[in-house]
Amino acid sequence: MTTGTDDALLSIEDLRLEAGLGRVIAENVAFAVRPGEIVAVVGESGSGKTMVARAVLGLLPPPVVATAGRIVFEGRDLRTLPGSAMRRVRGARIGMVFQEPMTSLNPALTIGRQLDEGLRLHTSLRSAERRERIVAMLGRIGIDDPDRCLAAYPHEFSGGMRQRIMLASVMLLKPALLVADEPTTALDALVQRDVLELMVELTRENGTSVLLISHDLSMVARYADRVVVMYRGRIVEQGATDAILLSPRHDYTRKLLEALPRRGRARAVPTAEGAVIEVRNLTVDYPGRAGLFRKGRPKRAVDGVSLSVLPGETVAVVGGSGSGKTTLGRAIIGLIRPSGGEILFRGRSVMGGGGSREYRHGCQIVFQDPYSSLDPRMQVGAIVAEPLRLVPDLSAAERAERVRRVLSDVGLDADYADRFPHQLSGGQRQRVAIARAIVRRPAFVVADEPVSALDMTVQKQILRLFGDLQERYGFACLFISHDLAAVEQVADRVLVMKDGRIVEAGSRDDVFDRPQHPYTRRLLSAIPTLEPLPEGGFRLSVRHGQEALSAVS
Amino acid sequence: MTRTWFGLPASPGALLGGLLIGVLLLAAGLGMVWTPYDPLAIDFRARLQPPGPEHWLGTDEFGRDVFSRALAGASTSVSISLFTVAAATVAGMLIGLAAGYLRGWTDRIVVSITDALLAFPGILLALGLLAVLGANKYGIILALALAYTPSVVRVVRSNVFSLRETGFVEASRVMGNGELFTMARHVLPNCIAPVTVLATGMFGWVLLSESALSFLGLGVPPPAPTWGNMLAASRPYMSQAPWLGIYPGLCIALTLLGINLLGDAVRDRLDPRMRRI
Repeated sequence: MTTGTDDALLSIEDLRLEAGLGRVIAENVAFAVRPGEIVAVVGESGSGKTMVARAVLGLLPPPVVATAGRIVFEGRDLRTLPGSAMRRVRGARIGMVFQEPMTSLNPALTIGRQLDEGLRLHTSLRSAERRERIVAMLGRIGIDDPDRCLAAYPHEFSGGMRQRIMLASVMLLKPALLVADEPTTALDALVQRDVLELMVELTRENGTSVLLISHDLSMVARYADRVVVMYRGRIVEQGATDAILLSPRHDYTRKLLEALPRRGRARAVPTAEGAVIEVRNLTVDYPGRAGLFRKGRPKRAVDGVSLSVLPGETVAVVGGSGSGKTTLGRAIIGLIRPSGGEILFRGRSVMGGGGSREYRHGCQIVFQDPYSSLDPRMQVGAIVAEPLRLVPDLSAAERAERVRRVLSDVGLDADYADRFPHQLSGGQRQRVAIARAIVRRPAFVVADEPVSALDMTVQKQILRLFGDLQERYGFACLFISHDLAAVEQVADRVLVMKDGRIVEAGSRDDVFDRPQHPYTRRLLSAIPTLEPLPEGGFRLSVRHGQEALSAVS
Repeated sequence: MTRTWFGLPASPGALLGGLLIGVLLLAAGLGMVWTPYDPLAIDFRARLQPPGPEHWLGTDEFGRDVFSRALAGASTSVSISLFTVAAATVAGMLIGLAAGYLRGWTDRIVVSITDALLAFPGILLALGLLAVLGANKYGIILALALAYTPSVVRVVRSNVFSLRETGFVEASRVMGNGELFTMARHVLPNCIAPVTVLATGMFGWVLLSESALSFLGLGVPPPAPTWGNMLAASRPYMSQAPWLGIYPGLCIALTLLGINLLGDAVRDRLDPRMRRI
């Protein structure tokens, strides 16, 4: 199957990638990118999408090699191009934006130096002209004070800003093709939209084609002209975005589309019988950076927040990065000492050690990153059993039985008990983390972005599991997330946080359907939703899109 | 954790390392109870004899049997290295844990002191300490241990700092585990791998330092043999009797090789990520 189109800028034909000993990473990969077109390659982790992107750039990591096929770019096969010629293509003709904005800029060089680097390498412009171009580009990406920015270092910018700067540095050279590998996955929803929109505008202005790699189908569907769906190293479906959405042909595509979180039925709101957790006027300050003889000025992360969670209820806290939502959760669970306010567990204050044992046993947390939240030296069984150590009057047999039960509750077979965390996938690790949190049957669980590090299809499974477990064990949950789509699926009530304060609170349907605060509306408009159509396809829609746009401009 | 220790086929490197260290320990043990000749017996008729059937590894400038001296020296050299590394590792881990865990002023003081100690070459520091402690086996162990502790402290401290922030350590605190338990169960075991690497490297350095100290005349006082002072004494006879330097040098080199191979194997075994399913 070759799709050799004459007018294509990039056409990949029958590409096969192998990692040592004939392990196939990708095979029969064939698709084309026409000038000015945005093509999205969608798939879960391990589908080979990143490797295909890297093959285009000739930047495959050592064990992986392209063993067959052609990568034709501007009429030349990049696979057979010698290293020196490839270096002239890279940067000048094909630009690349990486996933991790925190590490893709060199922390030791000023922004000015890094932006200048590509221009100096690939053009013959004089230094004043280069500077002129850079300043113009920085203005274009919305940086107010370009001169100050040139002398600044990457750490002085937020993740979203860095990704804009990264984009600027790539687009300065006006490449014919931009390869963007999950460019916004590490960012929160609002920033994600801003960066993607900037990318689309910039590339459109310069006539640059985009090869967009992502696991998030709803996000790319909004921008891409065509979608290529990859599954286990093969392309299972490709075509115009609308056609794929309206009539997905392959099962996997359908599964991806159905994995997008959707609102469940509103659950019967539990009758108020006293809150499990009540927070009154909570403030958390982070100490500022102190010198040797100087106390830093504290930074207020949470500013007078009050909330209560009823038994069995899921309360979601949403907000962008830096809104203080994670700090709030960590303070409630007792990992950070609040600087003011009160936390009550079952009506008793837990601030001064009063009732702290009951509180410790009754409250648990599931962390965002399943890769660092399990001790790499312990087997799954031991990890899950550890909380039971502090449960009095539990025999070894009962303990083993509890562990076995909870493992099967989170969907792991008994033989997983002997495995180490590194032998598990991200989703399985998060299942173990959840098992560890609920094995002691807590009354209250804080879930801090429990799915944002996972693939869409796995996210769906974990969210559903969470709901099931909540029904079975009846714990209350504080669900912290920047992902409104996930929140919409699990929450009973929603709190919207901005700059350490709660700006809107209400039932899920109220907040999603009748948002009051402009910030909430902007958050909602940042996530596109795919609505299932009766005929079996999907339609892309944006909530409060018009309002939000007018609010911005 | 030790369940799979013996069940798995070892790598060739680990086998060779184990073999070398096994032979070394046997030799050290044997050297304490029996040697072919008295390692201190002087025999002027048999000065500087080359290796032969009479004296397997030849004799030195006083006619003492080199094989017997190497055998007797093994126990001194190895025990000095072993005790030094053990003392430096244990002390370094405790101090590093305390600094990483308590942070604040404790950490600042510990870091200042270790930085100051690290600014001296270890051997120079040991020299200074030996001048105070006196040149004998225990003085050497103490001096070298003090000189090598700071590097262990730094490694452990930085590991504790990053481990404190990981999810599983925080999860342990949320469970209600005490801080000491969390340290012992989750933090310390995760520091073992880098410390093992450091300790095996250190064993080699200590062995060489002991030799260097002997060379400078501050080691185990003569006539008691160590590999270091045998090596040092061989220098004037380098061209006439090369075996005087070659054999103790070979002993040191093979020991280092064995320790390094074994150290790598131990580190891999201790790390579940390296274990094959």
